Amino acid sequence: MANMSPVKNPIPEQDPNVRNKNFMEVSLGYDEATAIDEATRCLNCKNMPCVSGCPVNVKIPEFIQLIAQGKFLEANAKIKETSSLPAVCGRVCPQETQCESKCVRGIKGEPVGIGRLERFAADYARTHASDEVIEKPESNGHKVAIVGAGPAGLTCAGDLARMGYDVTIFEVLHTAGGVLMYGIPEFRLPKAIVQKEIDSLKAMGVKIITNFVVGRTETIDDLFAEGYEAIFVGSGAGLPSFMRVPGENMNGVYSANEYLTRINLMKAYKEDSDTPIFRAKNVAVVGGGNVAMDAARCAKRMGAENVYIVYRRGEAELPARKEEVHHAKEEGIEFHLLTAPVEVVGNEDFWVTGLKCQKMELGEPDASGRRRPVPIEGSEYILDTDAVIVAIGTSPNPLIRSTTPGLETNRRGCIVADEVGATSKDGVFAGGDAVTGAATVILAMGAGKSAAVAMDEYIKSKK
Amino acid sequence: MFEILEKRKLCSNVTLMVIDAPYVAKKAEPGQFIILRVTEDGERIPLTIASYDREKGTITIIFQEVGATTMKLGMMNVGDCLHDFVGPLGVASELEHLKGKKVAVIGGGLGCAIAYPQAKKLHELGAEVDLIAGFRNTDFIILEEEMKAASTNLYIVTDDGSNGRKALVTDVLKEQIEAGVKYDTVIAIGPVIMMKFVALTTKPYGIKTIVSMNSTMVDGTGMCGGCRLTVGGETKFACVDGPDFDGHLVDFDEAMRRGRMYKTQETAAVEAHREHCNLMKMEVK
Repeated sequence: MANMSPVKNPIPEQDPNVRNKNFMEVSLGYDEATAIDEATRCLNCKNMPCVSGCPVNVKIPEFIQLIAQGKFLEANAKIKETSSLPAVCGRVCPQETQCESKCVRGIKGEPVGIGRLERFAADYARTHASDEVIEKPESNGHKVAIVGAGPAGLTCAGDLARMGYDVTIFEVLHTAGGVLMYGIPEFRLPKAIVQKEIDSLKAMGVKIITNFVVGRTETIDDLFAEGYEAIFVGSGAGLPSFMRVPGENMNGVYSANEYLTRINLMKAYKEDSDTPIFRAKNVAVVGGGNVAMDAARCAKRMGAENVYIVYRRGEAELPARKEEVHHAKEEGIEFHLLTAPVEVVGNEDFWVTGLKCQKMELGEPDASGRRRPVPIEGSEYILDTDAVIVAIGTSPNPLIRSTTPGLETNRRGCIVADEVGATSKDGVFAGGDAVTGAATVILAMGAGKSAAVAMDEYIKSKK
Repeated sequence: MFEILEKRKLCSNVTLMVIDAPYVAKKAEPGQFIILRVTEDGERIPLTIASYDREKGTITIIFQEVGATTMKLGMMNVGDCLHDFVGPLGVASELEHLKGKKVAVIGGGLGCAIAYPQAKKLHELGAEVDLIAGFRNTDFIILEEEMKAASTNLYIVTDDGSNGRKALVTDVLKEQIEAGVKYDTVIAIGPVIMMKFVALTTKPYGIKTIVSMNSTMVDGTGMCGGCRLTVGGETKFACVDGPDFDGHLVDFDEAMRRGRMYKTQETAAVEAHREHCNLMKMEVK
């Protein structure tokens, strides 16, 4: 008989007023007893609606049943059959709009805590199977290249390596991991966990060459000339967008990418770091997505007294995961919703002193289906801030499209790829933010996964 | 790891290093830059490529010890390795179309290390190159022989006249233009203030002026946006759109202000570094 509790087992967390001063992980994870208890809430539905909500089709009821039986290592192995980064997904996936949104238990109460259970299984395996021997799959003699060591590239690499391919990942930064390393903060996704996932790919034989700019150090065509038979481009979201309002090049205005990179990748939060960062007292973060929440919560931890989220639509429209919004509020982040920035105000030395905002109201739905924010005349006010962080999205990096003849891109500059990742150029596949524009880790992983299958078929068809 | 194959002081605080970096050397062109980290956990700093040797697989960098990271770099020796070295980054300078043309290449201080490869390439292309180099005083003059070999005429001036010619690079440029020299293009590389005044000098004459913007950046590949500047009213990224820009369109005042963003922290880091070095010296004694 299933556990009929209508609510999820809560996940222990650091106290909000403690954690907003440190960079240690917010969620502490289930213990074994809680995990088993939560797992018994699963009805093990025959039609598995949850699986259809997962971009990489994790065998959800099966791994949950294994947890219920106390077979934690087996549960992790079950997840790994289709997902290469369980510890990451359990932490950063928007489960409420994916697997958990399809859970039958969610009809009358809360869905099963699928994300929390996935995280539990992965963490258990990491701490209990540290000497896990990873066997190198037998080589099939074919060489493939992956551009970018982010979630799409790592997933694609892992799947291809398992099929026996000789896989080389080319990464521009000094560290592999992409947004998992430079973007998502330590307190949400500890870097040691990401590193562990990367190390297990290496153990499987995946080669990672860092400090290598595809498009500059070598082009896609150079890689083909070197014998790579198919190439996956997972180069990520690209250039940060700015607001196009007066004053946004003043000192104290950061893109979220820059702010987060300085803190996460370059470790500016550590006392002994060489990386300079401006420690502001009052910070306005413009945007309502996960990146905005990450930036706001980092700013608080960097010592800011007041941190504001400035977002032009309402609470219901916030694109961030609910949990991130909830955590941000708990940590004392103040939300200025239905508010748009109109100007960055500064002093004579061109340092930010405030953000001029305008109140908005929601009008008719726009092309995205969301109600369009309309400015309210005469509602301008100035928010006192000494830093502004812009988290309103990105536009694709021109580097690869400008150096790869025959690679079609769309009007926005994103690489055009079909549902399995095939592009207009023979042998080139693409996925993740480079194709979709800024999206989620799990969607990028899903794209990497489908592309791996398509690349395998492509190479086999050539023989 | 990227080994230091050669190290040479060009003057009291400017150092040249030849780095083993075959991947970078294969594709490097004048105007492009690299990003390096001296040690793990170190800062990423951009440096323009001073020269490259495709056969030997080496890149030459020239740097001034101005901040904590360049000071650490200055303490490295031949045989040591740099932790990271990535490139070539940025768009290469467009020089081919200047074949057989008359060009003024202007370098200010350390900027001469970057102006030199441009002059050299132009010279090789058969352009007539007037190289105008400005330094604080005679002790800071670098690459004199190399610049001489890469130009038709070389003019070296100093702020204090200690080399026998007290003038600003813009004085020499103006003199030449007024004497009737017709430049197809002027290329200026050096402190932002110098590039600003070169652009102001050439503007009334309508001479195309290219400047090289060496903004603060983190990744150098278009991700952080820290290097943004305003060019012709639009936001551009020095790392992927540049570093070369039309000098008549760049908002130099804004670039100078942005360059001061971390001044306080940089000064503190330099002090901390000096203190650390002094402590080390005392321990040695």
